Amino acid sequence: MNRNSSKKQTQKSAQAPVLSVRNLTVCVNNHQQTHILKKVSFDLKHGEVFALVGESGSGKSVTSLAMMRLLSDALHILDGEVIFENNDLFCATEQEMTAVRGNRVAMIFQEALTSLNPVQKIGTQIDETLRLHSDLNNKDRIKRIIELLEEVGLPNPETRIDWYPHQLSGGQQQRVMIAMALACEPDVLIADEPTTALDVTIQKQVLDLIRGLAQSRQLAVLLITHDMGVVRQTAQRVGVMYQGEIIEENSCEEFFRNPQKKYSRRLIASLPDHNHFQNSSDGTALEPLLSVENLKVHFPQRKGILQRIHDWTRAVDGISLSIGRGETLALVGESGCGKTTTGRAILNLDRLTSGRITFAGETINTLSHRAMQPLRRRIQVIFQDPYSSMNPRMTVLRIIEEGMISLKLGLTPEQREERVIALLKRVHLEPEHRHRYPHEFSGGQRQRISIARALAVNPELIVCDEPTSALDVSTRAEVLKLLQELQQDLGVSYLFITHDLSIIPQLAHRVAVMKDGKIVETGATKKVLKEPHHSYTQELLNAVPHARI
Amino acid sequence: MDIDIFSVKPVILWTDIMIWLLVISASAFLLMLRQNPEARAQWRQVFSSRLGMVTFVIILSYIALALVDSLHFRKALPPVEGQNSSTVYYSNTVHSVLDLALGEMGELKERSYSAPLSLKSFTKENMIDASGEPYRDYPDLQHAGSHLNDPADYNTDLLLQSATGMGKGLIVGLILCTLLKMSTRRSTFPWGAAMATILVIAMVLGWLIHMGNLYHVLGTDRAGNDALYASIKGIRTGVLIGTLATLIMMPIAITLGIFAGYFRGWVDDVVQYLYTTLSSIPGILLIAAAILQFQVFIDLNPGYFEVGLEKADARFLGLCFILGITSWAGLCRLLRAETLKISQLPYVQAAHAFGVSHIRVISRHILPNVMHIILITFVLDFSGLILAEAVLSYIGVGVDSTMPSWGNMINLARSELSQDPVVWWNLIGAFFFMFTLVLSANLFSDLVNDAFNPKNRQERAV
Amino acid sequence: MFAYIIRRLLYAIPILIGVNLITFFLFFVVNSPGDVARAHLGEKYVTQDAIDNWVQEKGYHYPLMFNGEAEGLAKATDTIFFQKSLKLFTFDFGQADDGRNISSDVLTRMGPSLALAVPSFIIGIWVNICVALVVVMFRGTRLDKAAIALLVSLMSISGLFYIIGGQYIVATLWRLVPISGFEPGPMAWKFLILPIIIGVVSGIGLGARWYRTLFLESADQDFARTARAKGVSELGVLFRHVLPNALLPILTGIVVVIPSLFMGSLLMEAFFGIPGLGSYMLDAIRAQDFAIVRTMVFVGSVLYIIGLILTDISYTIADPRVRLN
Repeated sequence: MNRNSSKKQTQKSAQAPVLSVRNLTVCVNNHQQTHILKKVSFDLKHGEVFALVGESGSGKSVTSLAMMRLLSDALHILDGEVIFENNDLFCATEQEMTAVRGNRVAMIFQEALTSLNPVQKIGTQIDETLRLHSDLNNKDRIKRIIELLEEVGLPNPETRIDWYPHQLSGGQQQRVMIAMALACEPDVLIADEPTTALDVTIQKQVLDLIRGLAQSRQLAVLLITHDMGVVRQTAQRVGVMYQGEIIEENSCEEFFRNPQKKYSRRLIASLPDHNHFQNSSDGTALEPLLSVENLKVHFPQRKGILQRIHDWTRAVDGISLSIGRGETLALVGESGCGKTTTGRAILNLDRLTSGRITFAGETINTLSHRAMQPLRRRIQVIFQDPYSSMNPRMTVLRIIEEGMISLKLGLTPEQREERVIALLKRVHLEPEHRHRYPHEFSGGQRQRISIARALAVNPELIVCDEPTSALDVSTRAEVLKLLQELQQDLGVSYLFITHDLSIIPQLAHRVAVMKDGKIVETGATKKVLKEPHHSYTQELLNAVPHARI
Repeated sequence: MDIDIFSVKPVILWTDIMIWLLVISASAFLLMLRQNPEARAQWRQVFSSRLGMVTFVIILSYIALALVDSLHFRKALPPVEGQNSSTVYYSNTVHSVLDLALGEMGELKERSYSAPLSLKSFTKENMIDASGEPYRDYPDLQHAGSHLNDPADYNTDLLLQSATGMGKGLIVGLILCTLLKMSTRRSTFPWGAAMATILVIAMVLGWLIHMGNLYHVLGTDRAGNDALYASIKGIRTGVLIGTLATLIMMPIAITLGIFAGYFRGWVDDVVQYLYTTLSSIPGILLIAAAILQFQVFIDLNPGYFEVGLEKADARFLGLCFILGITSWAGLCRLLRAETLKISQLPYVQAAHAFGVSHIRVISRHILPNVMHIILITFVLDFSGLILAEAVLSYIGVGVDSTMPSWGNMINLARSELSQDPVVWWNLIGAFFFMFTLVLSANLFSDLVNDAFNPKNRQERAV
Repeated sequence: MFAYIIRRLLYAIPILIGVNLITFFLFFVVNSPGDVARAHLGEKYVTQDAIDNWVQEKGYHYPLMFNGEAEGLAKATDTIFFQKSLKLFTFDFGQADDGRNISSDVLTRMGPSLALAVPSFIIGIWVNICVALVVVMFRGTRLDKAAIALLVSLMSISGLFYIIGGQYIVATLWRLVPISGFEPGPMAWKFLILPIIIGVVSGIGLGARWYRTLFLESADQDFARTARAKGVSELGVLFRHVLPNALLPILTGIVVVIPSLFMGSLLMEAFFGIPGLGSYMLDAIRAQDFAIVRTMVFVGSVLYIIGLILTDISYTIADPRVRLN
């Protein structure tokens, strides 16, 4: 293909689609009936971000890979066409395809770290694209790479060019991916969940970058995401994907103002309401159930021939907090800030370096394994990943009753089973589910089972470690609602560990914002979110994508 | 070989006990696995392929032969004159139930080499003809073809007897298939492939046994022993070494591996030290040294063993032990790594939060979730150990030289290919039986690995 | 890095002591030297004098761990443990049962062993990687399936058959090379070429199949997808991205055995009459010469530990993510 002429041609007709997908149908190999995608059609235009939004398994990623003919061997394109510059890419030879990929249509992926070759310098990886698609000489290519890295905002590109991917932070890795994708000035950029693995503050920067590039370079961007907030913030047009079909397509403004389909409305409605706050008692707990004073958890770093401890990693560095009965405290922070370690310390699973944890008037961090036993039934935990939080080889009944047995609640097997049935009903599952195994349930259902397991021993405090961040938006809202219901009925307290500020308003009475092992700001939710004092809190709030205007 | 069932004295070898114990515990283990739906789905995947069925049936028939060959007894000797009639003396040769099934195959000894299905000896000898004149010719074999009235009937007899043998096998095979069909009426597995394999094996076995009683199907070796008989008897040695060595090392590897990964700290240090030390010793030398020392011990303490076979069996058991000890490090390392990973998983953390005891965490949460590694190791090691036996027996530190094994057969026959004319049948016998078993085991273990290895499962999901 | 190597070397000491204790137990505690002598000299008709003589001659007349009769330091040094086990640490291997000096034997036999083992090793890896790459290139096709079937069949054949069969066809039938023997100097290739070929061929089944799984694992990773999305051709992905990443696990498997190449190959050397350390060991095992076996156990362990350290070092060179500490 002649680059120059085609470029001119496309610029002339700026409003005509650069790339159109028509009736794309994909099936599973050997199962021609199982259609993963059903007649998917959409257009990408210059300078416009088109967001394809849907929950996990809806077929968004398959769409993007099918467009580039990069599907795994298990999937098969049954029908459809991808028109790019008047050519159907599905009719092109593999050789013609390689000339399109990376050159005219570029891609970036969710996990930047694994998507970069771990044993190649980032400069070399960008260089590969240039070498394949341009005839620049060595010197010009290096100049170009540095320019690109500058453009995507990587500091000190002259030295970073020789770094390996693992030496960069997550956000920087994604920037390198973007630089690599932009190297040959493509017409189309496909971004497959580019920010899902990133912290909110970094997410905002990367999204701003993509949006900016779309405008400055007249790029056509296909943004694949599950996050309505991201859509609102970045896209001009939206397509909602549901079970392999695009059920609704509209401009972004119009879509959020007036969604047509019930499913779309549900997606938008599942976004948290930022104007409705939990009532709270002006920030101070009356009767603290749990109080943490000056908690420190340090891990040793060893070095040298004798492996002497030469420094400490200060995971948690002197934090204090308290939770009253029936209260929810949200512990907010980005990855690596020490919030999970705090949770483990409160559960007495990690050894403290110093500090004191008091539960119902009793100091627990000095208790022995055995003396801790009676308290274990009063403090329970729910984990993030619904897939690994239950033993795959035990039935739901065995999973839920395990705590009752080991904490010696003194129930007969029949009583335990009755209780399990009651608990399953309580978390809106069927009693018959008790004989099934975890893998037969969806993520949301599993998280309900986890909640039932924690409730089985009548705890007074539940440590919720990111219980909803692995869930799809619609299920997320349901699980959060269940947690609130339980709090009202049972008076249980939550320590809610999360990185997601957007879910906090309706949920938490008070918030503690954590950064680098320290709490930088704490107070009633409304107060902290409406009038943040610390700059970091402000930064976090600014980065949160808002779905409603 | 007619025997009176009451005039035998059972001989119980250690390895006999162990292999039967293994069969029982393996069945129990499989039943336990069946209860879990995930494991059931994985087994279903293994057996839903035709290759899985075919190789499984082949392995199963090898194991069946080995098991039948693991029931030993001694026959009573006919009373000698002047002997107290109340005491019975027993023969010093030990037979197995398999020997009964094979008929007289093992007892038809010739003087030296003879080619497969041949009527004549392989080498010329000095003989004297009817008139008393000495001449050199190939002498007739003592047993092979002795049922023939006229050597000219040889060709027709071969065909006729082959048909008879295969017919017998076919009947047995059909009975087995009918039984199988009746018990598996409603299921989606490729039973057709299994039945075809059963029929083929039954016909081959029927032919081999029937012909083996009339001719030397695979010829005879230097000492005139039937090569087919030796190959079939080698099955027990192969199957046992492939299973017992792994069985012996498993308790050590499982305990140490899981403890190291679960408790970490000094337990981990000690276990790592142990396996680094053991794996730093060249395996073959450790085996050689241990076996030689064990042999010295056996030779110096003949009182412990009643018959020669028990000596050979003791050495065999020792070999299994030392093979187990040299190979536990691999499994231990795998289990340690996997346990390290699992102990960090939320469900184990949740169990800690419930104050579940260590023993319970290990038995309920960790052990069931590393079972696939143990299973994969077991099937993967099986074929490797069979191949190792051949090499060790060749070197002279394998099984006892009186014990029938493929390694010993190869060892005896190693220089026969350089003879002129070439004697090839002893090698072919060992090669064919060994290759079939090892190939089936390798193919089967591939399928098991595909089905049970979580890494592969993820790929399939995508 | 330097501190790490020192630490690994220090860690080698307890391991070697452990190896020594195991061999000591195996060779002197399980059966007393007297027992060994009796077994050596023929079980029944041997006199006590002959046994004592044999034991004395070999230096096995000391007590095992502690010599109560000796004076001072000799209480510890005039023992079998000190004389036979601890002295290995100084690379003083003593004498074989036939009176030859083991150290000089080991040194002279190293050459032929290496001449056979090094080319087999290098060519073997090269061939295996090439075969695996070709198979991976055709993945998902019939050719791939056929190749796997062939590889599994190849690995199901005992190494003994490769040697016996290869020797028969090439040396006996075709008379291309001598059946066995060795001659130092440039003409050695005549004797080495067949065992090298057989060594390489017999390893293809296992090696190429293993490399194939490693390549496939690496080819399914995210970075390979990125490379394809960049417009790299399938061949380019294979060579520039998949191969360098798959080489990392291959490194662990091969670097660790490099020092052990000194030990030679037991079977090859025995069949082809090459006077290396492999046949030396085999002769010692068959003659039940425990002094040599003990020495080779120690040498083998030392080489293995060197291999472990080399593996770690090669990893830091090949994988930028690994830092030793």
